Amino acid sequence: MHYLNSAEITSLEKKANMIRQSIIEMLSEAGSGHTAGPLGMADIFTLLYFGVLKHDPENPDWEERDRVVLSNGHICPVLYATLAHAGYFPNEELLTLRKLGSRLQGHPHKGALPGIETSSGPLGSGISQALGMALAERIDNPYSSKFFYCLTGDGELNEGQIWESLMHAGKEKLHNLIVIIDRNGIQIDGYTKDIMPLEPLAEKLAAFNFDVQEVDGHSIRAVNDAIGKAQAVYSQPSVIIAHTVPAKGVDVFERDFRWHGNPPGKGPEDKVEKPEQAAVALKKLRSLAGTIEAADID
Amino acid sequence: MSFASHLQPNLASSEVEKVPTRNGYGEGLLEAGKRDDRVVALCCDLTESTRTNLFAEEFPERFVQMGIAEQSMATVGSGMAAMGKIPFIASYAMFSPGRSWEQVRTTICYNNSNVKIIGAHAGVSVGPDGATHQAIEDIAIMRVIPNTVVIAPADVHEARKATLAAAQYEGPVYIRLGRSGTPVVTTPESPFEIGKSERMFSRNESLEQKVGIVVTGSLLYNSLKAAGELEKENIGASVLHMPTIKPLDGAALEEFAAEHDALVTVEEHQIAGGLGSAVAEHLSETKPTKIVRVGVKDSFGESGEPDELIAHFGMDIPAIVAAGKRALE
Repeated sequence: MHYLNSAEITSLEKKANMIRQSIIEMLSEAGSGHTAGPLGMADIFTLLYFGVLKHDPENPDWEERDRVVLSNGHICPVLYATLAHAGYFPNEELLTLRKLGSRLQGHPHKGALPGIETSSGPLGSGISQALGMALAERIDNPYSSKFFYCLTGDGELNEGQIWESLMHAGKEKLHNLIVIIDRNGIQIDGYTKDIMPLEPLAEKLAAFNFDVQEVDGHSIRAVNDAIGKAQAVYSQPSVIIAHTVPAKGVDVFERDFRWHGNPPGKGPEDKVEKPEQAAVALKKLRSLAGTIEAADID
Repeated sequence: MSFASHLQPNLASSEVEKVPTRNGYGEGLLEAGKRDDRVVALCCDLTESTRTNLFAEEFPERFVQMGIAEQSMATVGSGMAAMGKIPFIASYAMFSPGRSWEQVRTTICYNNSNVKIIGAHAGVSVGPDGATHQAIEDIAIMRVIPNTVVIAPADVHEARKATLAAAQYEGPVYIRLGRSGTPVVTTPESPFEIGKSERMFSRNESLEQKVGIVVTGSLLYNSLKAAGELEKENIGASVLHMPTIKPLDGAALEEFAAEHDALVTVEEHQIAGGLGSAVAEHLSETKPTKIVRVGVKDSFGESGEPDELIAHFGMDIPAIVAAGKRALE
């Protein structure tokens, strides 16, 4: 685990907001896509790709890299923006999101774009994918230092396959499997507590033989500490429940489930309307105190 | 009549050995595992029944017991393939790829993962377990997905060879297997190649009427016998065996159609979506030909003994003979 000093954390926070800026720009340009999840997970993606992972953007297929499986594929704008900022492909390509011929498919397609470890979109399969990778690694290298990260949503936990895979990961005691749940409390039709209540979530996960931690998903220091602890667990898989604010960073969108599946410019009718909405969103983002400077945006 | 030279010598006699195709999978998997240590096997609590046990006992460290979780099995297989393994995932066809179809589509086929999907207990010849366990839609749901190879071996020897060929092929492969004993028609020496069909019975060229039978999987024996019966009634009949439904051996099919007045397709599957559909789709664009399809006609299966069910659903020798005559009308 790498300890982050204050300057590093400030730098990561700035990077996260630049990634948020890219997310808003690419979604506005695409005219469709999900807003809340990508903005809410920007801090965690930034921390992973700029502070935690063993990876090499120049050599995306480097065998020794850690693997990142994005289970809730609909939040891929944050994955794409983070990969671009990390140097996997040019930032300009982000504006091709969801367009014909683009490598940035509406949901991730393995092989289309460097850095995509699996195709995803239909929910619930990511933990199985990551655990399959970890099982294969254990056959070849029982003392492997690779980590297998799976990022999931909370609404996604409704899916039966999630619980198949949790049961299996617990059975196999896969210590190098680290699941991070985006606990933002929303899904398309409403709030998770109304659609299909998950609580007591931590207790459920512990009952499936996972090491469970809960953190503020916007505290880069707290998430970094949690990942460090998860890496040190050696007899069971780990899960980090990251409490996030959906659409974090744009106060007019925050915490409103109606932004789950809408892009800026096509939101709920009682919200700021149409193309200028993206500009408003960027302006609001700009106003986040101390995290981004105007010069970084313009 | 004239059988292909490499077939079992006793085919004309009434007694023929019957062995389940799943046995061929078990032997082939074990052999593939010995040849290549990247081969791993996954199974959903049906290890003995799918004959995965032979591999699991020899290579316990390369065997994954999934429990009863077919959806997760498809994706775990995909994850293992992403790390360079060659996973064989086995269950009953009704559950995998039946229940796990979306995971198969997205995490195996869309990823173009090197996973081999083994669907045992396909067809109504599953017998007494009844309709819930008789997969007769599996060819349809697999061949419609891009990046797939779909194979229905005719007998135990072909199942073994198909398993070995799948291990060497790079990409998703679906192999359907049966539960009950299937007549052993081929020999260990018979050729098998993914995508290749083979003329198993050539018609008596002196006969005026000419019907071609195109068959996949477990009904090869019935088709050969039906061709013999048709010949006794002065109808020239040939049998083209197509163990690979996808990719379809289109060139051989067109040639076969050109040599006959009409065709019959035979499969232990719904007549919609399987071999009959694949043949009709291909020939309607290249060489329009009259085709009568033998298979299950838009109904579910039911309990019974395998042979009773094959007769009940119109796939026994007399049914194929009747279809041959109808094709020529």
